[in-house]
Amino acid sequence: MASDEQLSAIKRAKVLMVGAGGIGCELLKTLALSGFQDIHVIDMDTIEVSNLNRQFLFRQSHVGQSKAKVARDAVLRFRPNISITPHHANVKESRFNVDFFKEFDVVLNGLDNLDARRHVNRLCLAADVPLVESGTTGFLGQVTVHLKGKTECYECQPKPAPKTYPVCTITSTPSKFVHCIVWAKDLLFAKLFGDKNQENDLNVRSSDTASSSEHSEDVFECRKDEDIEQYGRRIYDHIFGHNIEVALSNEETWKNRNKPRPIYSKDILPMKITKENGDTEKDCATGDVSAMASLSLKNPQDIWSLAESSRVFLEALRLFFSKRGKEIGNLTFDKDDQLAVEFVTAAANIRASSFGIPLHSLFEAKGIAGNIVHAVATTNAIIAGLIVIEAIKVLKKDNNNFRMTYCLEHPSRKLLLMPVEPYEPNKACPVCSETPLSLEINTHHSKLRDFIEKIVKGKLGMNFPVIMQGASILYEVGEDLEEDMVAIYAANLEKALSELPSPVTSGTVLTVEDLQQEFSCSINIKHREEFDEEKEPDGMVLSGWVEAPVDKDNNKPIGNGESTSNALPSEEILEVEKDVEFQEPSAGAEPITGKKRTLSEVDGSRNQKTPEKLDVDDDDDDELVISNDWESLTKKKRV
Amino acid sequence: MNGEELTEQETALYDRQIRVWGADAQRRLSKSHILVYGMKGTVAEFCKNIVLAGVGSVTLVDDRAVTEEALSANFLILPDENLYNGKTLAEVCCDSLKEFNPMVHVSVEKGDVSTFGLEFFEKFDAVVTSCCSLTKKKKLEETIECQLEYPSFEDATTVPWKALPKRVSKLYFAMREQFEDVEGRIPGETSTADLPGVLKLRKELCETNSMNESQIPDALLERLLIGTSEYPPVCAIIGGILGQEVIKAISGKGDPLKNFFFFDAMDGKGLIEDISKP
Repeated sequence: MASDEQLSAIKRAKVLMVGAGGIGCELLKTLALSGFQDIHVIDMDTIEVSNLNRQFLFRQSHVGQSKAKVARDAVLRFRPNISITPHHANVKESRFNVDFFKEFDVVLNGLDNLDARRHVNRLCLAADVPLVESGTTGFLGQVTVHLKGKTECYECQPKPAPKTYPVCTITSTPSKFVHCIVWAKDLLFAKLFGDKNQENDLNVRSSDTASSSEHSEDVFECRKDEDIEQYGRRIYDHIFGHNIEVALSNEETWKNRNKPRPIYSKDILPMKITKENGDTEKDCATGDVSAMASLSLKNPQDIWSLAESSRVFLEALRLFFSKRGKEIGNLTFDKDDQLAVEFVTAAANIRASSFGIPLHSLFEAKGIAGNIVHAVATTNAIIAGLIVIEAIKVLKKDNNNFRMTYCLEHPSRKLLLMPVEPYEPNKACPVCSETPLSLEINTHHSKLRDFIEKIVKGKLGMNFPVIMQGASILYEVGEDLEEDMVAIYAANLEKALSELPSPVTSGTVLTVEDLQQEFSCSINIKHREEFDEEKEPDGMVLSGWVEAPVDKDNNKPIGNGESTSNALPSEEILEVEKDVEFQEPSAGAEPITGKKRTLSEVDGSRNQKTPEKLDVDDDDDDELVISNDWESLTKKKRV
Repeated sequence: MNGEELTEQETALYDRQIRVWGADAQRRLSKSHILVYGMKGTVAEFCKNIVLAGVGSVTLVDDRAVTEEALSANFLILPDENLYNGKTLAEVCCDSLKEFNPMVHVSVEKGDVSTFGLEFFEKFDAVVTSCCSLTKKKKLEETIECQLEYPSFEDATTVPWKALPKRVSKLYFAMREQFEDVEGRIPGETSTADLPGVLKLRKELCETNSMNESQIPDALLERLLIGTSEYPPVCAIIGGILGQEVIKAISGKGDPLKNFFFFDAMDGKGLIEDISKP
């Protein structure tokens, strides 16, 4: 099937792969078999056991080693004479700059998070190198092609941002299990085992704030005469008993909601249970400390009762303090930390029980808490094949035949693999077409630091920003800055916008730039006094930025997985556009203007591929690409 | 593998896929036995997929020697003559496949599969064949009892063409097989020189089925004839789909596609057609 011309284009090509995981392994193998001879691979991760069900270039003995390096070695075994250069590094590092990207004929992404994808998108735009993007979750997958100026860039269409939850839902009024997980992980676990100096919303806000916060400081510290079990029960009673009672005292909150019930340890568990368990020392030998093991709870798929959850809670707490005491104060939640997962599951379950929410198994809880993406080898293999097909078209400069391809779980109109024509660039895309944005913010209260964290880094995805007002630089990062400048910038961070050396007020235009990404943006500032705590928890509203409105309260499936947690950078699941319903832009966001056209409409003289038109009467021609059908499939608004 | 519960090792290894199809399905997979005949690139992909998925056992049949061509689309064969000399394709692939998942039992069976009796086939939950001539396939089918309510391959290819939706241009893959059969060719060995012969066959078949010859375009036939070597990206795609289907059939999670899947890299469509006797 490959012509000589095609083969030589492949042989000469220099390809960059970003990601050597699920898609990466399949992709590297297929590229090598297809005749590619010069491949670079960037991946910062090391190999874990849970990778081995699909990342077939890795073996048990490789656990802990660099994915990029091991993948390379594995492929060289069956293609010893090609060149594969591994980079065990983060693609966001400054050495992977525009000049680096310019060296490649095509960039192929096999990433698992939105942040990195956006970064690579910008570098490809800056370097004018074609990008083939992809993603998979379970049986779903997609491959998309991005050519500067010719097709949409990766950011032209809204991508669902990681799901966030209002603080009060987490601290006071949970209604779903995921809320309980976030509470257990980001508040309770952090409070007990993490950095004590970190601000923590753990305590319910009551009118009596001053005294209760003082009181709580004492609560979480272990008392002198207290043994571990007493401490555990006291904490248990405080968070599941006392705090709930305090919350109940605020009648307003519960007017239209089901009231939680306080739970006290003595009612659930008889006293001194840990002494019954004689085998508490057996975990020492295995080195893998586990509450489940010491309580003989074997199956991670079982849903524990309230009593079992309570036992696990106390036992996990005890084990942390007695066996891992040194780590306390420095721990962050890690989904591969068995004891941490047990603790969070138990705590979430007890809270869930209190609020009448169904309990979940450790297996399920781990998936939610760890933002685990479910994955199988077959989908990755299919997607990798599709990526290579598109990559070859890019090399042949076969610009009229690019496709976005969607791999569906169930066939739609008999199609399991559905090709779609790419759209032309979105003229209102701030990334590839420099449209200005607007920001409503309280310029007297919000600090520069907040603006940078939430908007510049958070929403705009810049890593090394420069913030300017006209010619004055309000803030920048860099290696060769003078000390006095660094001091000025540090001071600026803590100032309210209106109090900066160059005051930022209503009407000011800020320019924000990331020199590495070569991405620049203008933001018109508008002062606003009040923001709705629930709907606008950030206290700022950005308009004109292409982003799917975050749907806070209903279970809109985003690629079949639940994205949780407002604290951690989530491993973003793919975004299969068929599953995402594009709703009306929220008030404040400007609608996407301009009619989006497919490439065939743009380039009137299309159809250069070999037409295989069947000479038939009716219109069942299966060779035309289905741009019209696509709309009805996605219900996307074509403005 | 043994007993009813998944072991701790299995739970850790299969975590991500258990989240897709559940622990019960995983257990069923771990008890299944697959027979694979004909180690081409696509089949190598398929085998990789099911071994990773954690089936109970995979039995490979292919007595051919390793050749240059086999190396080109099959990543299970390491290009080291010392390693593959004297071994059959099945043996070489077996060595590589074992590495992907030590919990799966991979083995080789020698001989002509179509001569094996029922007792041999009874052990297996699924049989996957390629590099098989039409006659062989028909013979195999006579021996193996199909559990699922799917039309036999024979029935499918003898359905009167007029009854098929006109979009099924790709069915004419099957035509190539008929051609090979009639001419006594080894599966996959055709070239453009054969075009006249194929065109003749087309004429005959179309006449028998009272169809307009132009419904089977020359260009398609040409492509089918020259495209005899495997194209690695397509191997990955078909091997993936095939893997998915076998996993579905065994685990009972979802109905396998009914009953033909076609992929054409030129238009990018992965199409499912139900071709059975009306």
